[in-house]
Amino acid sequence: MSTQDAYYVPHKATWPVIGTAGLFCMLAGFANFLNGSSTGVFWMFTGLLIFIIMLVGWFTLQSRESEAGTFNGQVGTSYRIGMMWFIFSEIAFFCVFFGTLWYTRNLSVPWLGTGTTKEFLHPLFDGTWPTNGPEKWGQFVAPDDPTKLGTHTEADFEPMGAWGLPFINTLLLLSSGITCTWAHHALIKQNREKLIQWLIATVALGFIFVLCQAVEYHEAYAEGLTLGTGIYGSTFFMLTGFHGFHVCVGAIILSVVLFRSWKGHFTPDNHFAFEAAAWYWHFVDVVWLGLFIFVYLM
Amino acid sequence: MSAFSAKGYEVKDHNTPQHHHDDHHDDHHGDDHHGPAKGWLRWVVTTNHKDIGTLYLLFSLVMFFVGGAMAMIIRAELFQPGLQLVQPAFFNNMTTMHALVMIFGAVMPAFVGLANWLIPMMIGAPDMALPRMNNMSFWMLVAGITLLFSTLFMGDGLGAGWTMYPPLVLQTKEALPFGIFSVHLLGISSIMGAINIIATITNLRAPGMSLWQMPIFVWTWLITAFLLIAVMPVFAGAVTMLLTDKFFGTSFFSAAGGGDPVLYQHIFWFFGHPEVYILILPTFGIASTIIPVFSRKPLFGYLSMVGATIMIALLSFVVWAHHMFSVGMPISGELFFMWATIAIAIPTAVKVFNWIATMWEGAMTFETPMLFSVGFVVLFTIGGFTGMMMALAPLDFQYHDTYFIVAHFHYVLVPGSIFMIIAATYFWLPKWTGFMYNERIGKLHFWLSAISVNVLFFPQHFLGLAGMPRRIPDYAIQFSDWNMISSIGAFVFGVSQLLFLYVVIDCIRGGTGIKATNEVWDGARQYGGGIVEGLEWTLPSPPPYHTFTEAPEIKSTIPR
Ligand SMILES: [Cu+2]
Repeated sequence: MSTQDAYYVPHKATWPVIGTAGLFCMLAGFANFLNGSSTGVFWMFTGLLIFIIMLVGWFTLQSRESEAGTFNGQVGTSYRIGMMWFIFSEIAFFCVFFGTLWYTRNLSVPWLGTGTTKEFLHPLFDGTWPTNGPEKWGQFVAPDDPTKLGTHTEADFEPMGAWGLPFINTLLLLSSGITCTWAHHALIKQNREKLIQWLIATVALGFIFVLCQAVEYHEAYAEGLTLGTGIYGSTFFMLTGFHGFHVCVGAIILSVVLFRSWKGHFTPDNHFAFEAAAWYWHFVDVVWLGLFIFVYLM
Repeated sequence: MSAFSAKGYEVKDHNTPQHHHDDHHDDHHGDDHHGPAKGWLRWVVTTNHKDIGTLYLLFSLVMFFVGGAMAMIIRAELFQPGLQLVQPAFFNNMTTMHALVMIFGAVMPAFVGLANWLIPMMIGAPDMALPRMNNMSFWMLVAGITLLFSTLFMGDGLGAGWTMYPPLVLQTKEALPFGIFSVHLLGISSIMGAINIIATITNLRAPGMSLWQMPIFVWTWLITAFLLIAVMPVFAGAVTMLLTDKFFGTSFFSAAGGGDPVLYQHIFWFFGHPEVYILILPTFGIASTIIPVFSRKPLFGYLSMVGATIMIALLSFVVWAHHMFSVGMPISGELFFMWATIAIAIPTAVKVFNWIATMWEGAMTFETPMLFSVGFVVLFTIGGFTGMMMALAPLDFQYHDTYFIVAHFHYVLVPGSIFMIIAATYFWLPKWTGFMYNERIGKLHFWLSAISVNVLFFPQHFLGLAGMPRRIPDYAIQFSDWNMISSIGAFVFGVSQLLFLYVVIDCIRGGTGIKATNEVWDGARQYGGGIVEGLEWTLPSPPPYHTFTEAPEIKSTIPR
């Protein structure tokens, strides 16, 4: 009845429309919350709950189908192509924020610190990085009355150093990439015990990373570096924040893969879920390397 | 590409392993010929590419009329100088919504609908590669457009233009987060649709169809899908920064905090220019399919068509700042973006000459799809020429943000994209419904549209060159005459589209009573598939619910 050569075309999918309804509810609720409505938060979390239920339901269905041998190799190829291009779209998304960092740091901030803009609006602003912007350097004061100029000559916040927690975080994520690869090798050699051990290590390293990141944010806020700290705070928190969110998602995906490994789901030639999770994890890893170099080191 | 080629297909008859032998069994009997589920719920839970294609196309048709109604409001207000019908804030709302609805609600979904219906049939695949995700991308589109329309009921709504430039857009009140989240949902929908299309094309082609034999519509969509995945996340990132600037105290686009509003324009147009090619590349594919059929000649220069499409797509990533010549840029930047933009004329001209060469000495007939295609080649080329004018940085300073640019992009979008979506509808409607449409009304629709679209948009060139600014509800009295003519053209064009609506509904209901043959158009099988046999024309009209459950044989039609 199900031959190995058949391309699996499922019928009657209910999870997609449920997931869409959840996401719609969540975003409409969030928008209402931003507009100051008191019911916004309720709808946001209701939508989030529906969305999570959809994820659990849909992925359970997929893994059951996979275990029942519904997919042939060609279906697996479709999934791999899908995952690859999904990660490509994620790379494009991160490029926006890296591009923003590059543009502001190398072009627009130096422009603010030179020429007539500087002369007339904020003569004391020097346009060096890191900066929280010229607002605090006595802008909008008539140039013929220099006594009224602002007195700030440097940013009143501590930029992030690279060699403390960020360096530890780099080591954590890089080693989690290695343990993830070891887990893959164990899977291919059908060594389930090693597979589970290395996956536990990977997930644990991922969550420790998130924990360290939380500590770092706490310290940053304590020292006056916030999302509102001009362009430095904006780019810093946007880049590390979206990355941290992706680490959380990746660690949760790996936890699911761990659970499925423990249930004995994967075989050396059928383990798309593991591969997809591993690709995602390596992608998150590479983004962090970019962050470490361009946000912390340089 | 042999690693991706298929072995042969058979649609499996089970739902999930759990439901194997329970209540679902009766709709999924042990044969391959089961039809759709019963009742309206069929449309909600469907994973069938033809159902989803129909949903997309009908959704797009509705949006075409909604967006068109907004355009009618704009042209009615501009019929005379002064403020007659609407308040300026509502006028701003209409210009913004007209663009967003037409781009994200009408044109893009129409292309995705055509892709859904046609790509699996053209490459001999049983369905799209990821059918459940296909369902989700459609409903995400509906959710996104619903959020967008919700802003119509919030104060002044969205009024800063579809480009949403800060700092102006940050003055938007309650509507802003709804507009931003609608962009996120529409982006997710497009990305999922594009991933599905790429997976289908690269993985599900019938054995024996190499990449370099694919029908040209499939090629153009493959490249379009790549553009979508590359740039929709960029737009999502840009509007996310608008959101945090407005609500979370960031300073991405505020010079006071060290950011730069011009940065938004760079990011937006890095998305925006590939986006306009997303709106035109599938159009090229449709024209390259229809013109050979009605010329009874193979497409001239298949490979150069593919190459030109790839060139256009690649160049689209390095021309974005031609939208920003007057914003302020180093002179080297102005020159680079000017020359890069002008370079796009080369592959585009390759296409236009190829279409003309295809028609050359052909045994041409002029059924409605061909009329629209020939109209497209001529009028799109006018839009291309004004595009060259806009690309010249020194001259652009004169007509930046005037009606000249409005005339330019409407020439490439209306007699460009919209004409070819209409042509595609006439061309494949008999295949989809099993009935011929009313040819006389179709021809009338073409002639009314082709004449009125020029009455509507050609005078806007003069208005722009004379200095009339775009997006303003009032104008100086010297612009009155051409505005009135333009508005009359708009009303005639708008009313003419009701003929299209009539023809489509009439054809779906089998009003003409003329049954369509498998091939529908004489020569479609031979010339409608590029350099291989046009596979969709080998199927019955209408095709059964599941087609190519076993891979077809690929026959070359062109001796090479
Ligand atoms: Cu452009």
